[in-house]
Amino acid sequence: MMAFVYAGLIWAAGWWINARLAHSNVADTRLVSLAIPAIFGATILLMWQVLVTLLEVSPIILPAPIVIGERFVSSTSLLWADFKQTILKGALVGYVLGMIAAFVVALLADRSEFLTRGILPVGAFMAALPIVGTAPIFVKWLGSDWQSKAAVVGVMVFFPILVNTVAGLKDTSAMQRDLMRTYGAGYWPSLLKLRLPAAMPFIFNGLKIATTLALIGAIVAEFFGSPTVGMGFRISTSVGQLALDMVWAEIVVAALAGSAFYGAMALIEKRVTFWHPSQR
Amino acid sequence: MGCVRGMWMRNLWAFIPGLTVVAAILAVWTLAVIPMNAHLAADMAARGDIVVTPKAPADRKALSGVTLAAKNPAIMAMTYTLERPRLPSPHQVAGELYKTVFATAPTSRRSLVHHAWVTLSATLLGFAIGTTLGILLAVGIVYNRTMDKSVMPWAITSQTIPILALAPMVIVMLGSIGIQGLLPKSIISAYLSFFPVVVGMVKGLRSPDGMQLDLLRTYSANNSQGFWKLRLPASMPYLFTSLKIGISAALVGAIVGELPTGARAGFGARMLVGDQYGQPLVTWAALFGAAITAALLVGILSLIERQTLRRMGMEAAV
Repeated sequence: MMAFVYAGLIWAAGWWINARLAHSNVADTRLVSLAIPAIFGATILLMWQVLVTLLEVSPIILPAPIVIGERFVSSTSLLWADFKQTILKGALVGYVLGMIAAFVVALLADRSEFLTRGILPVGAFMAALPIVGTAPIFVKWLGSDWQSKAAVVGVMVFFPILVNTVAGLKDTSAMQRDLMRTYGAGYWPSLLKLRLPAAMPFIFNGLKIATTLALIGAIVAEFFGSPTVGMGFRISTSVGQLALDMVWAEIVVAALAGSAFYGAMALIEKRVTFWHPSQR
Repeated sequence: MGCVRGMWMRNLWAFIPGLTVVAAILAVWTLAVIPMNAHLAADMAARGDIVVTPKAPADRKALSGVTLAAKNPAIMAMTYTLERPRLPSPHQVAGELYKTVFATAPTSRRSLVHHAWVTLSATLLGFAIGTTLGILLAVGIVYNRTMDKSVMPWAITSQTIPILALAPMVIVMLGSIGIQGLLPKSIISAYLSFFPVVVGMVKGLRSPDGMQLDLLRTYSANNSQGFWKLRLPASMPYLFTSLKIGISAALVGAIVGELPTGARAGFGARMLVGDQYGQPLVTWAALFGAAITAALLVGILSLIERQTLRRMGMEAAV
């Protein structure tokens, strides 16, 4: 009973601070708009810790945040090896391959109006399908090491990037294209100087969606077979051993990797599409 | 009459580029079957009485699928009829789908309809939970500044995180406190469809511009009237976009939720069974079954979207 009272008090305190901050006149400064979600997150973690400790929740149901933190710190070498296997080999290689394939197909399709109109609906449709289900097939074809994960990731990221690139390449007005023609620019100069830069906001939209898909593909494909290293492998075996603190530590790694990957893409986008209204 | 027919013709023409792309994909697939299965077919032919060049299995292994098929034209046809192919041909997958969907009683455990329903019910329950909570949270975020400032950054960040990695743990966690069957999978589905709906709905509820909000204020409309008459209708296009993302995420969640626990039924279970017992056709049929289900769900939502927006006097953003 006391546990819930304490948790309620923590919640009330965190909420009170945030309400004061959100309604103060410094609410829109950069520091405060970062502090408010940070305080909210800390409140949740604190409530979690208090509830788990005081209610003596078994660690095989929900480990306390401190236990997870300890596990994270004590097994960094293991986590690093998993990170290398799943993220650096599986996800990243697949992401780059899928991206290159999507760009090539988009540029080829772009030469023909007919193909463009065909690829847009089919690609958008394929992007909504549960492609992660191809994992068992690729594992069978390419073995259980990272190559099969890269293939699943490649197929998963292919369609969103393709659709966005094709749509982006269409996003110039007739006026702009006519202007290029009056300059005597052929296909390649007008592609490189006008249409590709104009397509960048779309392309980066696809690239950002694909970052999360890449991690999901690499992790889930490991549930279907993997060497004895990798985040998906560790998650499924640790769940089997009821070592949930290890699972949570892997999820922390996945969350950090996902945010970093997305953040890196957003940063590149900012540099490339500095002219776009959404970036100013 | 003429007008109606013209519309039909135009609709038909609009499909032709897409159909061409699909036909091209099918053609590449069909051609790829020969090199992919050439080794299996050659081994089987050699076990029979057909002479295969080269004779030694080790020599055949060194050759690529294309060369092997070119040297033995006789095995080409066999690559399409293998019982356990590396790459089944489109007609084999279609045949397996037909057999398990139409030619088997839906109550049988071998029927794909049975497995589809297991996955679909978890998907729909989770989707309903996730969407409801998502809309409620979005309303809270739009009307409560504290909530906006503290929760919204997390909702956005969570979209960059592979939440699906949580699936095995959620299943085991709930299993250890005695919750099994439909609900754990639904919770994963709900979780996956929750965040797209929150982010989309917040955007939608905020889409009326200052002019429109000011107009309502001059009518002295209160907050709830502003919500029901302006913000909610204005958010509909955004809602449907996120619903379509959410339902396919929910389906993936339900399928992945079936993987780690060795579930006995559902698309995920079929994929796993086909994988473990060396029945590629089962895996492929489950994969296509899942894809068709996803397509139907998104299609139904698009239909509702079009009807709703048309009734509201908005054109559907295709």
